[in-house]
Amino acid sequence: MAKFDAEARAGLSLIAPPFLYALVILAAPLLTILAYSFLTDGYLEIIRDFTWTNYAQVMSDPIVRVVMTRSLIVAMVVTAVTVLLAFPVAYYVSFVVRPERKSLWLFLITIPFWTSYLIRVFLWKVILGYNGVVNSSLTGLGIIDEPLTFILYNVNSIVITLAHAYAPFAILPIFVALEKIDRSLLEAGRDLGESRAMTFWRVTLPLAMPGVLAAVLIVFIPTIGDYVTPEVIGGGKIPMIANMIQVQMLALDNRPLGSALAVTAMLIVAVISLIFLFLNRRFLKVRQ
Amino acid sequence: MTDAKPMIECRDVHKYYGDYHALRGIDLTIKGGEFFSLLGPSGCGKTTLLRTIAGFEDISSGVVLIDGREMGDVPANKRPTNMVFQSYAIFPHLTVAENVAFGLRRDPRGKAEKAAAVDEALSMVGLKGYGARSAHALSGGQRQRVALARALILKPKVLLLDEPLSALDRKMREQMQVELIKLQRQVGITFVLVTHDQEEALVMSDRIAVMFEGEIAQLDGPEALYARPSTRRVADFIGVMNFLPAEILSHVGGTVTVDVAGLGQVELPEHQISRANPDDEGAMIGFRPETMTLVGPGATHNQPRETNATIDEVVYYGDMTYYDLRLDGVARADGKARTVRISMRNVFGRDVQEVGTRTRLAWSPGSLVLFR
Repeated sequence: MAKFDAEARAGLSLIAPPFLYALVILAAPLLTILAYSFLTDGYLEIIRDFTWTNYAQVMSDPIVRVVMTRSLIVAMVVTAVTVLLAFPVAYYVSFVVRPERKSLWLFLITIPFWTSYLIRVFLWKVILGYNGVVNSSLTGLGIIDEPLTFILYNVNSIVITLAHAYAPFAILPIFVALEKIDRSLLEAGRDLGESRAMTFWRVTLPLAMPGVLAAVLIVFIPTIGDYVTPEVIGGGKIPMIANMIQVQMLALDNRPLGSALAVTAMLIVAVISLIFLFLNRRFLKVRQ
Repeated sequence: MTDAKPMIECRDVHKYYGDYHALRGIDLTIKGGEFFSLLGPSGCGKTTLLRTIAGFEDISSGVVLIDGREMGDVPANKRPTNMVFQSYAIFPHLTVAENVAFGLRRDPRGKAEKAAAVDEALSMVGLKGYGARSAHALSGGQRQRVALARALILKPKVLLLDEPLSALDRKMREQMQVELIKLQRQVGITFVLVTHDQEEALVMSDRIAVMFEGEIAQLDGPEALYARPSTRRVADFIGVMNFLPAEILSHVGGTVTVDVAGLGQVELPEHQISRANPDDEGAMIGFRPETMTLVGPGATHNQPRETNATIDEVVYYGDMTYYDLRLDGVARADGKARTVRISMRNVFGRDVQEVGTRTRLAWSPGSLVLFR
């Protein structure tokens, strides 16, 4: 018993520093935001009166609704595009690339991370912009007369940029799930009379679903709150929810309303994530 | 049990993996309803041959026919074969019943009929009532039964089994061997078994093809394979075979007269002479441990020949005792005494003899095989 206590004490003292650290840098800001969201905004000051007004405003404001909907749609489209494009890449690396080359391929896939996120976003602006790489080369080649506008400072260009930025995050979990599939299961599928396509549909895809769902979560959660890409690519004209929070918090100095926006956005993300986690649990349960 | 119609025919089948010659001209006919085994050490090409029959491997040259139809470009999913994989390959995301029903998707029968077929297949392999369980909750033996039911429900012309018992413990393996034989008789389907376990092949098969380095070394029934192995290598691979150097004195008609170290002169008729095998170093006489008898002091026997020997080693196995003997007149080989192994059943009243005892070995020329 004494030994157990000693072990427990040792364990607790080991956990304590990171626990405090996590408390300070994670929980404290979140709680502060939560607290702010129930306070009243005064001119140049915060009045310490409990109120639901901020939330009422968030719920009723049509602009918030537009921006929130846009954020959700962008995040969903980015997630769909990223995962759909990542699956063939992961499949290729797992099933086609020779085993001794796989780690090289994974290494190459992570190359975009060698530069900072901001620089990559700027580069996409250079590529997609009015006088960017795509437009100037297409005009130069005489394929188009005037620059394409559908990739310019709009939701499409935000989707392209984000889909590129998050591609490795989607490829890796799907790759891991595919790697875990016993190859004899695919032969068994063929042996039992199914074509390659049907074997993929009935065996490979269901067994890869935990990886796909993980990829969906990993891409969806950060993209919905992305701040940099709409700011840089969209030129500030097509804000997403993070940009709106920034404006409320800093430009308009309305911290309570900004906090209420942030908390609402977090709740929406949490609900959607929980739905996916639940789905993932169902698939994972089968795999054990 | 077997009808004469050939079910699988391989004609001069070759398979290369790059430079590696995995199958070197396989000629083979497996009859309908036969329990056929491919036996050999790992890397001998037996699994490759099974996978070419299943359609998982292309052949480099030659012809494979199943039920008289050439299989050339027929993909695995269109062949009248089903396979029980070494790992069983049970789909982990499906229940037992869903696994068994996997191949029935395009079956025109209705849902209820299919469910009845699944139940029937499961009870055939002794898993009645397991349908709703998820596949990962099964033991090794149960997984194998699911794999069997999943393949047999499709009523294939040939069932291919890739080392199906190697992952089971000894008791379970012996039980499954008997069950597989019964099952094969019951369904009447041609079974082709790949195994490296010679005992398993002998127990289960109607005929066995022994393979070494991509070639069939011998194709025979179990008794013929055991009693008359065609080469020393086959003899060595299947069970225990003692070898003694021999000198061929004369070869008149079908009869060969040889002088065997330790045993003396014997005349052997043609059926006791193996096929010529140029790899062997000189002629050798081989015999199985159980074909000779150790005769205790003062005991009598009814064998035509007798040889004096000294007991070098005794290994007690409970029901059996193994004796390693030095025969009088056998030269040492490589600086070690050349011994032969004799097995004796420990029947009531027979004492186990001790190391160093001078003893007599009774035998008959009929138990000898000449390898040359």
